[in-house]
Amino acid sequence: MFDLKGYGPALLNGAVVTIELAFLSLALALTLGLIGAAAKLSNNRIAVGIATSYTTLIRGVPDLVMMLLFYYGGQVGVNMLSDYIWETYEVDFFFQFDPFISGVATIGLIFGAYMTETFRGAFLAVETGQIEAARAYGFSSWHTFRRVMVPQMLRHALPGIGNNWQVLLKTTALVSIIGLTDMVRVAEEAAKAERMPFHFFIPVACVYLALTAGSELFIKWLDKRANVGVIQENG
Amino acid sequence: MMPDFLAAWLDQNDIFNAMTIMEYWDGAVTTVQLVFVSLIIGLVCAVPLAILRTVKNPFVSGPIWLYTYLFRGTPLLIQLYIIYYGVAQIPGIQETFWWEIFREPFYPALLAFALNTCAYTTEIIRGAIISTPHGEIEAAKAYGMNWFMRMRRIVLPSAARRAVQAYSNEVIFMLHSSAIASVVTIVDLTGAARNIYSRFYAPFDAFIFVALCYMVLTFILVFAFRKLENHLLRHQRPVGS
Repeated sequence: MFDLKGYGPALLNGAVVTIELAFLSLALALTLGLIGAAAKLSNNRIAVGIATSYTTLIRGVPDLVMMLLFYYGGQVGVNMLSDYIWETYEVDFFFQFDPFISGVATIGLIFGAYMTETFRGAFLAVETGQIEAARAYGFSSWHTFRRVMVPQMLRHALPGIGNNWQVLLKTTALVSIIGLTDMVRVAEEAAKAERMPFHFFIPVACVYLALTAGSELFIKWLDKRANVGVIQENG
Repeated sequence: MMPDFLAAWLDQNDIFNAMTIMEYWDGAVTTVQLVFVSLIIGLVCAVPLAILRTVKNPFVSGPIWLYTYLFRGTPLLIQLYIIYYGVAQIPGIQETFWWEIFREPFYPALLAFALNTCAYTTEIIRGAIISTPHGEIEAAKAYGMNWFMRMRRIVLPSAARRAVQAYSNEVIFMLHSSAIASVVTIVDLTGAARNIYSRFYAPFDAFIFVALCYMVLTFILVFAFRKLENHLLRHQRPVGS
């Protein structure tokens, strides 16, 4: 094993931060994606409009710019809000906008837009006959959504979710720029202090490789399981 | 005419003057240069790599697979850091003329971006090449075309049509990823926004404006690729439209 000059534990903590960040953002992204897809496929024109402008806006702006806006702007926004609350209601309200929260919020928001597209496509891939059958059984629209649409669309959504997850994992490296001590940040500080860039960045790159390779295998396994009972065309 | 809040905001605006607009403009020029040049380099290198990647010999396709795997499996930010901090560590580089080039942050960033986009583009083109319908290749063989001619006349043109959609996504992805150039002191669009933010402590003005700039660039790209796609796929258009 090579020697990490005492930065080993810090790097390990950083890796934990990266993984926590990735999973929390994934949870937020999946939630937003489901809501977004449901809104896009609904008959309500306002909901469709909001969801469409959400996905278009996110696709037009770089993730780093969004993150900087959230991080720097978020605190200013919270300060303005707490000033307002103090002046009108005399309630002392303060909330520290830390890099972790802004990281999760930004990454979740960005990938929520991509997940919206994934889920929308997957919902559309569910046969209309299934929905008609559910209606014929007297299912309400919520029931149809929950019992028929969601379980069946997951199979179609899985490859898309997998791709988004791989990109999301790599995007978490950006939080080091807004000052969160994830493993990239630790490696950068160590590399600068010790003047050994390869020595610190290559192990971090290997951790990312292991994470992406591991999730690739896991997604393949999930996909196989989700498609049990589906006759493959080239089976 | 103009909404009141907008008029009021413009009235007390002291951030967007000629100086700051010029800073944004210079940043935009840097961003466009960086993205455009790295995309060109990436594309030019990706075509032969993609062809070699489809070769059966594992000693040819293996190293290319490894290259694309490594660059697609790690964040671009790490690749940028390794190249940016790493070149100065190469023994003896400071005496050669390469140092004149790599001392500027622009060129290490360009190298990192080009290597990264080349890896993704290689995989996109490879996917398009291996999904060439078998009949097309058989027909070309039946006409007596040799390997080179088959590639040039049949496989690559039809692969280009299948790759253009995925490649347009890669181009937009690259434009967005280029924002991280600002962390190695390059004043690109994001770098300009960060400078203006720290000068005026005005996060909303600085970053929302730059977000709009990126959005305009993105939509220009989306529009251009849609035109290109229509042009390339015009033989698939339904009759009479």
